[in-house]
Amino acid sequence: MFFDVVVVGGGHAGCEAALAAARMDRSTLLITLNLEKIALMPCNPAVGGVGKGQLTREIDALGGEQGRNTDRSFIQMKMLNTGKGPAVRALRAQTDKKLYEDNMKRVLSSAPSLKILEGAAAKLVVSRETATGIELTDGSMITAGAVVLACGTFLRGNIVVGDQRFPAGRMGEPPSLELSGSLEDTGLKLERFQSATPPRIDARSIDPDRMTVDPGDENPETFSPFSRQKKFEQIPCYLTYTTAKTHEVVRKYLHLSPIRTGSVSGKGPRYCPSIDRKVVKFPDRDRHPVFVEPEGRHTQELYLQGLTTSMPVWVQEKIIRATPGLENARLMRPGYAVAYDYAPPSQLKLSLETKPIEGLFLAGQINGTSGYEEAAAQGLIAGINAARYVRGEDPLILRRDQAYIGVLIDDLVTKDVDEPYRMFTSRAEYRLLLRHDNAHERLAPIGHRLGLVPDGNMESVREENIQMKSLLMMLKTKIIRPSATANDLLAKAGSSPLTEPQSAAQILKRPEMTISAVLSLAGCSTSLATDGGAVRRAGIEIKYEGYIERQLAEISRWHHLESTYIPDDLDYMSLKGIASEAREKLTRIRPSSLGQASRIAGVSPADVSVLSLYIQARH
Amino acid sequence: MPLMVILNHLFCFLPAMVGAAIIRPMQEIPTIAAISTPLGTGAIGIVRMTGPAAVGICDAVFRSVKGLRLADADSHTIHYGAVFEPDSGSLVDEVLVSVMRGPGTYTREDIVEVNCHGGTVAQQKILSLFLKQGAALASPGEFTRRAFLNGRIDLAQAESVAQIISAKTEAGLKVAMAQLEGSISREVKALRQSLLRVMAGVEAEIDFADEDPGEPDFAVNKEQLEEIEASIGELIDSAFVGRVISQGVRTAIVGKPNVGKSSLLNSLLMRERAIVTETPGTTRDTIEEIINVCGIPLRLIDTAGLRPAGDEVEQIGIERAHRALEEADLILCLFDGSLREDDHDRTLLTSVPADRAIYIINKSDMLRGRPAAFNQGLLPARPVLISALTRQGLTELKEKIADFVLGGSLPPLEGPIVTHERHKLALERAAASVSRAAQGFRVGLGPELIAEELRSATGSLGEITGEEMLEDLLDVIFQEFCIGK
Repeated sequence: MFFDVVVVGGGHAGCEAALAAARMDRSTLLITLNLEKIALMPCNPAVGGVGKGQLTREIDALGGEQGRNTDRSFIQMKMLNTGKGPAVRALRAQTDKKLYEDNMKRVLSSAPSLKILEGAAAKLVVSRETATGIELTDGSMITAGAVVLACGTFLRGNIVVGDQRFPAGRMGEPPSLELSGSLEDTGLKLERFQSATPPRIDARSIDPDRMTVDPGDENPETFSPFSRQKKFEQIPCYLTYTTAKTHEVVRKYLHLSPIRTGSVSGKGPRYCPSIDRKVVKFPDRDRHPVFVEPEGRHTQELYLQGLTTSMPVWVQEKIIRATPGLENARLMRPGYAVAYDYAPPSQLKLSLETKPIEGLFLAGQINGTSGYEEAAAQGLIAGINAARYVRGEDPLILRRDQAYIGVLIDDLVTKDVDEPYRMFTSRAEYRLLLRHDNAHERLAPIGHRLGLVPDGNMESVREENIQMKSLLMMLKTKIIRPSATANDLLAKAGSSPLTEPQSAAQILKRPEMTISAVLSLAGCSTSLATDGGAVRRAGIEIKYEGYIERQLAEISRWHHLESTYIPDDLDYMSLKGIASEAREKLTRIRPSSLGQASRIAGVSPADVSVLSLYIQARH
Repeated sequence: MPLMVILNHLFCFLPAMVGAAIIRPMQEIPTIAAISTPLGTGAIGIVRMTGPAAVGICDAVFRSVKGLRLADADSHTIHYGAVFEPDSGSLVDEVLVSVMRGPGTYTREDIVEVNCHGGTVAQQKILSLFLKQGAALASPGEFTRRAFLNGRIDLAQAESVAQIISAKTEAGLKVAMAQLEGSISREVKALRQSLLRVMAGVEAEIDFADEDPGEPDFAVNKEQLEEIEASIGELIDSAFVGRVISQGVRTAIVGKPNVGKSSLLNSLLMRERAIVTETPGTTRDTIEEIINVCGIPLRLIDTAGLRPAGDEVEQIGIERAHRALEEADLILCLFDGSLREDDHDRTLLTSVPADRAIYIINKSDMLRGRPAAFNQGLLPARPVLISALTRQGLTELKEKIADFVLGGSLPPLEGPIVTHERHKLALERAAASVSRAAQGFRVGLGPELIAEELRSATGSLGEITGEEMLEDLLDVIFQEFCIGK
C-alpha cells in the first residue's frame, strides 16, 4: 500500500493533518488505534478560550475543520473578555463530546482522497534519513511519501491514580510501546511530560441550587463565519468554590498525592495545577473555583474543572464531597495523571518537519504542547506541509506577526519547552494585530491559495474586507460639524459636545463612543444589524489605530532580521566572538533567520550582530 | 554586566548595528585614527591609528631625526622626530612614534601611536593631519571593536575595555568599575521585576480572568506603578551626574563683549593661555576645552564665543548662542560690575535659564570698594563678585560651581549612576510608557492597551539588562497567581 501522506493518530492534530493533505489532493491514510475514538476529547469538554480561541479561529480561516466542527457540536457558546478590548476577546464553546467525535468522523469519511485504517503503528521506516513509511504491529507495511506523527499521549503512556500505575495512552486504552524506540533509533530524542484530568461525576447527583448558574451567550457567535447559526437551547454550566473544608481534606491526605509521593514522572503544566498543588502553593487562598461542565446533551457525565487530581479514588471522592453543591456527588470516572514521551520540538523546522529525518512531520502533544486547539493548529500545518513536501513545494511558514499559529510554532521550535505548551495571548508580541475578528482577513487568502478555502468563502471574505475598507474611508473623511442634533446624539452617548468640526473617526476614538453611535451621528445607512462583521471591524481598526501603527512600525523595524536567512550549513562552533552558550544553542536549534536566532534564550543581541557579520561576510 | 551593555560601546545602537552600520566591505578596511588620551590637561597625549594604511599616512606627516621612513622600520620600534604640516612645512609638535605591525597588535592590524605634548591643540592638529591624509575618524570604541572582530579579544574583555576607556576621569573610572559590577543592571533589574509584577496582573486578567471569576487577585497596585515611575525618574536624574563624571559638565560662559569671558577662562585654567588657531571661526569652533574645578571637569562649549576682545562677538549667530545655552548643564553668566546694565545684559537675562546659571559680577577690581554700578536686583539669584584679573572672589566661585554640580538634589556617588546616553534614552522611554500606563489606569483604558505600554516599558528596561520578557512574565504570573482549570 502506498499513500502520499500517512498520518498516525486520529486525535485533533491527526484529523486536521489528514483532512488538509487529502483536501490538497494527496492520497492520504489516517491510521488510528480505535475507529471509535476519533477526535476524542479526553480532557475538558470545551474548545477555545482566550488565546486558544484565536487559534481555532485561525484554523477555520486557513480552511481547517476544528472551528466548523465545534460550531456543529456545541452545547454552550461564550464570548470571553467582552469587558475588555476586541484584541483579547475570544470564543469558548462547551461541546457535546460524542457529537463532536461523530461530526468529525463524518467529515473524515466523506473526504474523497482520505482512507482511514484501524491499526497500531510499530515502526517508522526510514531510508537514507528520509521517512518512507510505517510498519504496523501486525507486520504489515505502508509506504508513504511523507509521514505525520500525531500520537498524543500514547508514546510509552503511563497512567497514575493514587498508588496505582499502569501502562495506558488514555484511560482504558493501551499505549504505544514500540514506536518510541523506533523513533529513538532514527536519532530523535524523546523526553517525558505529564498531564492530568479531573474526575467526572453524575449530573443527577449534584445540587444546582447551591451553585451559580453559568449560561451561554444570548446570541451565540460561531467560530466560523461560514457556519450557519443554529437556534437551540444551550445547556448551562455551574460554578462552585472549594471551601476551607475541601482544603482540609486535601491537606489530610496530601501524603498520598503524587506531588508528594513522586509517583508521576515528567513535568506538568503550571497553568493547570492539581487541586493538591493549588492548596499547597497558595495556602492563603480560602477558595478555588470549580466549574461544573456537562460533557454532552445525552450523557450524565459532568467535568469538574478546577479539581484536577490523581490522588487515590476514595480521596478524590472525599475532596469532591467537601465542596458545596457536590456533597452527594457520585464519582463516575476518577481523575488521573498520564506521563508520556514527547520529542523536544527544537528538533523541528518551522515547517514541523523534523531536522534529522526528511519527510517526517510531528504535530500535537508529541511536540510538547497541550490542548486540542494547539494540537489542531499544528496538525493543519503539518498536513499542509506534508502535502507540499510530497509535491516538492516550499513549506508554509506563518510569521509571528501573521498568526497565533506562527507564534505557536516559532515558540516551539525556538524556545525550549519545559512544561506542556499552551497558548496565551501574552505570548504574542503583536497581540493587537492578531485578533479574533480579523483572522479571516489575515489567513483566508493563504488557505484559498492552498486550495483549502473554497472560492465562495473566499469571495465573502473579500466582500467583507471591501465593505470594511470603504467604511473606514467614510469614517475618516466624514466631517461632523457642531450642531444641536450632533451634540444631542453625543450627549446621549455620554460624550462631550463638539466645539469644532471633527471627522467621524476622531469622534470614534473617544473611549465612550461606540461604532453604532458614530454611524448614526454620521447619518450613515450602514448598521451593525445588517453589516455586522465589516462594521465591527471598521470600529476596531479606528479605535486601535495608533497602537496598530506602533506595532506595524515595530514589525518593519525587525523586518530585516526576520528576512535575513542563515545558511543551513553554518558551523556555529567556528564563529569567534559568539558566547559559548549561544554557540551551543544555535548549533542545536539551527535557526532559519536572524530573527529566529534573536529569540533563542541565551543568544544576546551582541551574538546576533556578530552572526549577521559572518553571514554578510559569506555573501 | 549584561552583554547588551557592550552594544553601547562597540556598536552604538542595536537595530542600526544589526543592519548595515557595522558591516563594511571586507576588501577595503578603512584606516581609523583617534585621540586616545582623555580630553583635558595632561603632560602627554597619544594619537592612535590602526588599519592597513596607518604607517603610510603617518610617514606623510612625520620626519624622524634619523631620516628613517616608518615604512622601513621594524615592528614594535619607537622613533623620535617631529610632525610637520606637509603643505607649509611648519612644525606641529615634537613626537615619539611607535610602529607596530599586525597581527601582533591590539587590533591585529598595523598600528601607529604618536606620543605628543598633552593638551587639546597638539593632539587635535595631529589628528586632523591624519584625517586629511585619508584616515577616518574612529567612532568611540572602534579600536576595541576591531580587536574583537579580528578575534584578538573576546566579548567580555571588549566590554570591560570599552568601559575603562570611556572613563575620562578618576571618578569616571570608579563609576565604570562599579558598573562593571553591575550596579546599574541590578537597579534596572529590580525595577523591571516590579514592573513585571504589575504586568503579570494585567496579563493574567486578560488571559485567565475566565478561569478565576471574581477574584481580586489580578487587581493592579497602582501605587506600585507610581513608585516605579519615580524610581526610573531618579535613575534618569542620575544620568546627569554620570555624564558629568565621564564627559564633564557642559559649561557655557556668556556675557557681552569685553565683560571678561576669556579672562575668567584663563583664571579658571590657572595659567595664561590663549586659544590659538590658524583660521578663526573654523577649527576653533570644534575645540573643546576641559578645565578642572575642584576635581570636577568642566567642558566648555562654544569656545568660539571666547574670542579675545576686539572680535565681533555679535557675529556669532543668535541661533548658535541659543543652542549653546540649551546644551549647557551650567551657564556662567557674566556682567560688568563697573557699568550700568544695558540692553545686551537684559536680553541675556531673559534667555538664560536661572536654574542652570551662576551669575557673576566681574571687574570687582575696578570698583575700589564702591558698590557695583550694575543693578544686582535684576538677577534671579545672588551673584558672585569676582575679579577675573586679580583672581579675587575666584575661590567663592569655584565653591559655588562645586555646589552646583555635586550638591543639591543630585544623588551621592555611591548609588547606581547612569553614564550612558543609550541607557538614559531607554530609561526615558520606559518612564514615558509607565506614565502612559498609569494614566491609562486612571481613565479606565482597556487592559490590552495598558499592557502595550507596560510591555514597551519592560522592553526598554530589558534593553539595558539584556533580558527577555516573555518567559520572565509567565514565571511571575504563575508565581503570583493561582491559575488553573
